[in-house]
Amino acid sequence: MTVIEARNLTKDFGAKRAVDSLTFDVRPGIVTGFLGPNGAGKSTTMRLVLGLDRPTGGSVTVNGMAYARQPAPLHEVGALLEARSVHTGRSARNHLRALAATHRIGRKRVEELIDLVGLHDVANKRAGTFSLGMGQRLGIATALLGDPATVMLDEPVNGLDPEGIQWIRSLLRGLAAEGRTVFVSSHLMSEMSLTADHLIVIGRGRLIANTSVADFVAGASKKLVHVRSPRIDELRSVVAGLGGSVSDVADGLVEVGGLTAAEIGDAAAANGIALHELTPQQASLEEAFMDLTRDELEFSHAEAPA
Amino acid sequence: MTAATLPRLEGRHRVTFLGVLHAEWIKLWSVRSTRWSLLIALVLTIGLPLLVSAIIASHWDQHSHSDFNPLDPVLVGPGLAQLPIGVLGVLVITAEYSTGMIRASLTAVPKRLPVLWAKALVFAVVTFVLMLPAILIAFFASQSILSAHVSYSLGHPGVTRVVFGSMVYLAVTGALCVGLGAIVRNTAGSIVLFAALFFVVPPLMNVLPQNWNNAISQYLPANAGTSLMNLTHSAHQLRPWPGFAVYVGYTLLSLAIAAAVLMRRDA
Repeated sequence: MTVIEARNLTKDFGAKRAVDSLTFDVRPGIVTGFLGPNGAGKSTTMRLVLGLDRPTGGSVTVNGMAYARQPAPLHEVGALLEARSVHTGRSARNHLRALAATHRIGRKRVEELIDLVGLHDVANKRAGTFSLGMGQRLGIATALLGDPATVMLDEPVNGLDPEGIQWIRSLLRGLAAEGRTVFVSSHLMSEMSLTADHLIVIGRGRLIANTSVADFVAGASKKLVHVRSPRIDELRSVVAGLGGSVSDVADGLVEVGGLTAAEIGDAAAANGIALHELTPQQASLEEAFMDLTRDELEFSHAEAPA
Repeated sequence: MTAATLPRLEGRHRVTFLGVLHAEWIKLWSVRSTRWSLLIALVLTIGLPLLVSAIIASHWDQHSHSDFNPLDPVLVGPGLAQLPIGVLGVLVITAEYSTGMIRASLTAVPKRLPVLWAKALVFAVVTFVLMLPAILIAFFASQSILSAHVSYSLGHPGVTRVVFGSMVYLAVTGALCVGLGAIVRNTAGSIVLFAALFFVVPPLMNVLPQNWNNAISQYLPANAGTSLMNLTHSAHQLRPWPGFAVYVGYTLLSLAIAAAVLMRRDA
């Protein structure tokens, strides 16, 4: 079962292709992370899901239907966009009341959400006076107003304090556990590693990976093994004989590529070489992400003038 | 922030036009610009007729009044009140674009058009209902000030049409400006367009050859609309109701273009 279904989704802004033929599914019951460097097209994709932008090509549906055709959209999808979507002159309470009125959602629900996100003391203040974190909480309250089956949040931890970040993580996990569809974007791999079960990774508008978090790390690992031995020079020729590559890391420590730890250990034993260390190197999630998206960064740091 | 579980919502409803109207009602009254603009419009509608009538009455003997129309001082009010009404009509939609609120509005109502219709309708009705007592106060007060000289009662032929018509005109102007705001999207640009259409273009027509001016001017939005407020009819003016029909036509055109733009462009 899939809830959000993107098929060859494409969006051009003038000559620039922001989203390039994206095809992916987002399923209920898990947290799906939407990952990519800044400018990769995550926000545009989410705006396409909501029908705020019209696709240049392809399609995206929610429960098999274009979002714009949903009879009760706020019960279907609750969304937090990265760009602020609040009238700065209106109070948080009135903002929520106005949006609730479209679906005949009552005042009780509005108060529930104000309490849930901790805006009780400032609910009558104009939203323009809010800090980034308060604005973000109001956006989250707006997203959850309709008790939606799907929650789609663009960079939700932006501007939240550590307590708020903890809160949103457990909220997202809880929403997924209730069987809802949770689709969360971030440009921070570390954030996704803590909340997401599944990852959709994009760069320059193109799909780079669509996989579970565990597979993502495994797939991107470099298959390198650190080997330490008192007879390192003999080991070097044994490994080379098997077709492995060897590079020095420190005195007595080498990094072997092209062979598994088992192959290296067996070969060393067969030649009577003692090993003091044999460690497969696993890429961290962060490294895996960096590896995958290095080519896709809009402005690589290497290109920046010194 | 309390425990991170979302309470369930009892009862689910589809989006209805009534709901969208209610939402626009809440939006209209929950920003300061509404209160200020409507207060200014009320003060102008009541205050200016009183002021002008008082001045005319006190200097009565110094001027000839052979063609004096006692409704003229009354209409000075709505004539100026259309400025804050037009600006607020524009702001009702452009403020959503400048703040980003439009994204939330169109996420709640992704069919989009109900939002435009509701904005225009709520604003026009609020304008009419709020301004009608004001023009009635202005009418009765100014006529009592002028009663020693020349004044009309509501029963005088055409007076009801002029007095009520001036508020219908303001309400329709409000809706027309909601359309302008939705077309231009930018507050300053929309206000310039509104001011140009209503205050700059009409006098500019005088540079045209006289027969052109006579043929064209009566069809300009402001001139067509205000013909509803003419008690006497001159040669190069539309008759009241045909003129008003032309003005409603402009308003529908403005809203139709706004609708097309709203549906086509990215939010």
